[in-house]
Amino acid sequence: MSDTVTLLQTALQALQPEHLEIEDDSAAHAGHAGARSGGGHYNLLIVSSRFAGLGSVARHRLVYTTLGDLMKTKVHALAIRALTPDEL
Amino acid sequence: MDTQDIIKQTVTENPVVLFMKGSAQFPQCGFSSRAVQILKACGVETIKTVDVLQDAEIRQGIKEFSNWPTIPQLYVKGEFIGGSDIMYEMYQSGELQEVLQGL
Repeated sequence: MSDTVTLLQTALQALQPEHLEIEDDSAAHAGHAGARSGGGHYNLLIVSSRFAGLGSVARHRLVYTTLGDLMKTKVHALAIRALTPDEL
Repeated sequence: MDTQDIIKQTVTENPVVLFMKGSAQFPQCGFSSRAVQILKACGVETIKTVDVLQDAEIRQGIKEFSNWPTIPQLYVKGEFIGGSDIMYEMYQSGELQEVLQGL
């Protein structure tokens, strides 16, 4: 497991997830033209009651805000599925 | 005109705008490519795209414009819709087709 995944997992605990899966997909994108700035590609599945009542944009924003500077430094791309426990 | 004004003008003057990496013909990123494919699947014939790799100020400015840290970003009638994950969710539910209808 990469260090960045650990950092992401730690940061996302703030949303009190009932379920959290982060997949490091960086190898599949290494070296493509859009990724020159560095930073990895990750797939995130997060289940939290904090998403209840929020639309998709608001849910993604909440994830981005929670990750803060990690989005600028460690993460090049993040595919997000943000669900409430009811939706799983 | 500063960068924010340029972005504002672009999304206002064009009903559908995709800020992406590369062009619709030659996307430079899998997520941007997916966004183009979704718009095509929705029947959008001509997609107004802005290649952020061509302009560092737009690339940074678009993230501030909608307080959204990633690219691609889709705008319809001046309104921020979302990135490629949200586009896909909305496509699957049929919501995106509704938003794009008649454009």
